[in-house]
Amino acid sequence: MSDGLVILGASYAGVQIAVSAREHGYGEPILLIGDEADAPYHRPPLSKGYLAGKVEEDALPLRAPGFYAEQRIALHLGTPAAAVDRRGRAVVLADGSRHRFDRLAFATGSRARAIPLSGADLGGVLSLRSLADARRLRAAMEGAACAVIIGGGYIGLEVASSLVLAGCRVAVLEASDRLLSRAAAPPLAAFVEAAHRARGAQIVTGVQAVRIAGQDGRVEAVECTDGMSRPADLVLIAAGAVPNGEIAVSAGLGCDQAAIIVDACGRTNEPEVVAAGDCACIRQGAAVLRLESIQNATDGGRAAGRTLAGRPGAAPVVPWFWSDQYDMKLQMAGLPTGYDRHVVRGRMEDGRFAIYYFRAGTLIAVDTVNRPGEHLQARKLVATPGRITPEAAADEGTDLRALAGA
Amino acid sequence: MPDVIYVAHDGSERRVDVPAGRSVMLGAIQNGVRGIEAECGGCLACATCHVYVDPAWLDRLPPAGEDEEDMLENTAAERRPNSRLSCQITVEADLDGLRVAMPETQG
Repeated sequence: MSDGLVILGASYAGVQIAVSAREHGYGEPILLIGDEADAPYHRPPLSKGYLAGKVEEDALPLRAPGFYAEQRIALHLGTPAAAVDRRGRAVVLADGSRHRFDRLAFATGSRARAIPLSGADLGGVLSLRSLADARRLRAAMEGAACAVIIGGGYIGLEVASSLVLAGCRVAVLEASDRLLSRAAAPPLAAFVEAAHRARGAQIVTGVQAVRIAGQDGRVEAVECTDGMSRPADLVLIAAGAVPNGEIAVSAGLGCDQAAIIVDACGRTNEPEVVAAGDCACIRQGAAVLRLESIQNATDGGRAAGRTLAGRPGAAPVVPWFWSDQYDMKLQMAGLPTGYDRHVVRGRMEDGRFAIYYFRAGTLIAVDTVNRPGEHLQARKLVATPGRITPEAAADEGTDLRALAGA
Repeated sequence: MPDVIYVAHDGSERRVDVPAGRSVMLGAIQNGVRGIEAECGGCLACATCHVYVDPAWLDRLPPAGEDEEDMLENTAAERRPNSRLSCQITVEADLDGLRVAMPETQG
């Protein structure tokens, strides 16, 4: 028996690599190493249902405890990796233990971007990536009357909606000139901004935090570049994420900044190493594309697992995402980067509509709001260019199913 | 705990104890029942937890909501009158013995 597969990272991508490797016939030992003490769990509820008390911890595990043993997947939790000894083919953990491998998978994910703000260490200043973070946030929400969210991306906005629904006064600070500047096109972002304002959230764009002020170790206010001091007994720093790629960089893997470069099958520049999820990126022309999403982690993990089992198969090419805020189900298919035309299907005022984005006449992305069925059709339409024109997309009479299935 | 019986596309069966209050989808995922993908984890965003509910049990379930109906129109496998998304079926004590069958494909 060989030393088998060691997977660094025990969330969506890491678990999927293990499951897919097994499913496709990988028979050697598998060791799944995670830095968190909690067994792999669902993350989407952490910013929504879990904070509202509607989803409890026992509903979060990705798999039942017995599943891993059944699949002969060993779990080593609660200890971060420190280094990879590629020559010795071993992973060294922070507790000094060494685990030899024949194949290695990076699924180390990403972490909340830290912003160097004075006062960021005060009590009541939090970020949200993990279940442990969510426990702290849920506890901090009790009795919080006013909150400032630093960063107008999906996590910031989802937590903002949870806080507003819990009766908290919320201000969202976004440094750029609009919400979701990295994650959505302007038409959807404008709709989301209006929805937050209508619910009473204060949305402040083009403004940054300068300092977090507090007393007796507790946060009291956020001082901002517009000269205002905004009161807060809870501050969430939600200014994006950075890939956990330092170990891969040190191990000499091909990386862009700290993101590991992979192909569509999860292969890195080293034959024994694969990567998937938030810590990986894919070449796209002269640039690289790094996505932070469950779909990307799952599909990338599936592709990497197949590669390890000797049955490579490329991950699908249409990324998709979703976000739930208030009563809005936002779903995004494809990437609207560089679109030159968009049309709206349905009426935005009704809160149920879709936005179709075209580049040079070709559909590249669709955002839907409270139209989950149409999102599924949109994924098919984006996957196969040339099936729909802007005129047809805008016409509610067009039979999308026929076009998507044709 | 109520039992749910999952019937794979090849006809093989798995009987799983699912705690009351948990969804039929979670019961499958957490116990490694194959044939339910549930890529979105139950957020009603992916339609990859499609099942065919045994007709004897169909009327005992609360009906599908508007979003679920909308998604059932777009499942990968054929939609039938007894099609449901298993993330939307909550297991309760009176559903002990519920039988669901998985379709040929979820995606």
